[in-house]
Amino acid sequence: MLKFIVKRVASAIPTLLLLILFSFVMMRLAPGGPFTSERALPVEVLANINAKYGLDQPWHIQLWRYIEGLIFHLDLGPSFKYKDRSVNDIIAQGFPVTMTYGLWSFAVAVVVGMSLGIMAAVKHNTWLDYIAVGISIGAQVLPNFIMAPILVIIFTLWLGWLPGGGWNGGQWNHVIMPVIALSTSYMASIARLTRGSMLEVLNSNYIRTAKAKGLPMRTIIFRHAIKPSLLPVMSYLGPAFVGMVTGSVVIDIYFSTGGMGQFFVDAALSRDYSLLMGITVLFGAMTILFSTIVDILYAWLDPKIKL
Amino acid sequence: MISMNRKKRDEVVDNLSNMDLVEGTSLWKDAYLRFMKNKAAVTGLILLVLMTLLAFIGPYFTPWDYQSIDWSLIGNAKDGGAPQIANRHYFGIDDLGRDIFARTMQGTQISLMVGFVGTAVAVFVGLFYGAIAGFVGGRVDNIMMRFVDILMSIPIMFVIIIFFVVFGRSIFLLFMAIGMFAWMDMARIVRGQTLAIKNKEYIEAARAAGVSGIRLITRHVIPNLLGIVVIYTSLLIPSLILTESFISFLGLGIQEPLTSWGALINEGAGQMRYGVPWQLGFPIAFFVVGMFCFFFIGDGLRDALDPKDK
Repeated sequence: MLKFIVKRVASAIPTLLLLILFSFVMMRLAPGGPFTSERALPVEVLANINAKYGLDQPWHIQLWRYIEGLIFHLDLGPSFKYKDRSVNDIIAQGFPVTMTYGLWSFAVAVVVGMSLGIMAAVKHNTWLDYIAVGISIGAQVLPNFIMAPILVIIFTLWLGWLPGGGWNGGQWNHVIMPVIALSTSYMASIARLTRGSMLEVLNSNYIRTAKAKGLPMRTIIFRHAIKPSLLPVMSYLGPAFVGMVTGSVVIDIYFSTGGMGQFFVDAALSRDYSLLMGITVLFGAMTILFSTIVDILYAWLDPKIKL
Repeated sequence: MISMNRKKRDEVVDNLSNMDLVEGTSLWKDAYLRFMKNKAAVTGLILLVLMTLLAFIGPYFTPWDYQSIDWSLIGNAKDGGAPQIANRHYFGIDDLGRDIFARTMQGTQISLMVGFVGTAVAVFVGLFYGAIAGFVGGRVDNIMMRFVDILMSIPIMFVIIIFFVVFGRSIFLLFMAIGMFAWMDMARIVRGQTLAIKNKEYIEAARAAGVSGIRLITRHVIPNLLGIVVIYTSLLIPSLILTESFISFLGLGIQEPLTSWGALINEGAGQMRYGVPWQLGFPIAFFVVGMFCFFFIGDGLRDALDPKDK
């Protein structure tokens, strides 16, 4: 087990380095420096600015400095746009917001999705099953950027129950709509996957044996059926996490939560390369870390994988 | 005697040709028949064809185009801009006085085109990458698939956006970039299938006949992968349309005055507080119907072509 964990973690490192290298190269390929503007700066001033940000160095030294700062000081460098702030400052401001509703969304998607899927499978071919299947098919064509305006129409403009945006320190009524908008389509996918694998498990021989033994349905489901039927769902959690991290950009923009997504899009529009790169590296590191954890959990849960 | 023989021979030929007719249901014909029995998939296909026709022919039936402004209604979208036949704004106008019908048609064109062109790029790359990795095997396969794993564990959307920021936004780049970052799933599936195929007898026979290298892959391996490729292609199209819509919704994709489903939904969502529900409603309706069609078609194809089901 330990060997597997070490191996898996070790293989995550080159991925991260490649991501850093890729985004670094992209930034260097961009036409014009970050300080080229329509109003041309005097040459000496530009040289001074470039020297301050280390842009006068050859690129391999720049890359080394970036990686060095990242690894030894967890420092993502200064923002090119917000002159007096570092990328770390900006992330420290936006990250907690994104994390708050992101974790809630993930929890909702997993818990509601799995429960819905299990219920649908256990009550196969009843109205409950049909409703669950209907919801999961419908929710598949409702990605976050469709859900968000629809929710605002219903709960803000029509019913007037919830505020249509803002964050207000994470008060519950500001968190609900972002969570629903972000989690719905993943909830649907998880429900569909769970239902499918649960049905397969419930039709298998050992469940029939358990039934023949006279075990009550509840024991069969919770003791014998759930664990194996969740394995395929586990392997979907990685992609779901990536999707939610990406989707958070839409949520941040649409609900003006002040999270990372807003900074990311601002940085993209104003060509703030260091901030763009910092956010990409952070989100990349998160997803790589997450998929590593999921892999380890999977190996631990699946009796077929020998360690 | 000779005539008897001839008669017999004719009979045999007759029988054989008849048998040929009976046996002639190939995999594809079989799949076609099964697909046509799937009502949801056929409905999806018909709706999608209609929508495509509407998107390309519809603009000829309205005097407005997607970028010209109706000066008589500008600034008055809420009261005078509702959908109506009289002034020929079938879907109403937006906040800038542009005709939503024309814009929705234009957006549908772009979104569908992104879906198909992007998918073509992704399928092309994924097919060759996967087939080569699976066919060559060994260390090459290991390295190639490790690279795919790496790409798949990165949040690709951010990379695509960086790509646009760095190289500037153009419609050509939009099509290419979205396809360029979507081939990994296809490569994985194709590799798995290739590994299964490459030890089959007909590959050995082809080898024995002196076929080798790239020709063996293009002539003998890839044609036998087509079933599974068709299934995943049909699922890839909606997911690429979704990607493009996502990026355009953020305002980082398609550029004005051109538009796409995502950009239209973004504009509509920004205006919905001002009492113009049609600006959001029509694009969302097109998006949702289009997505449903693609999903049902994909499901139908999977049922029709999945060899497990035989």
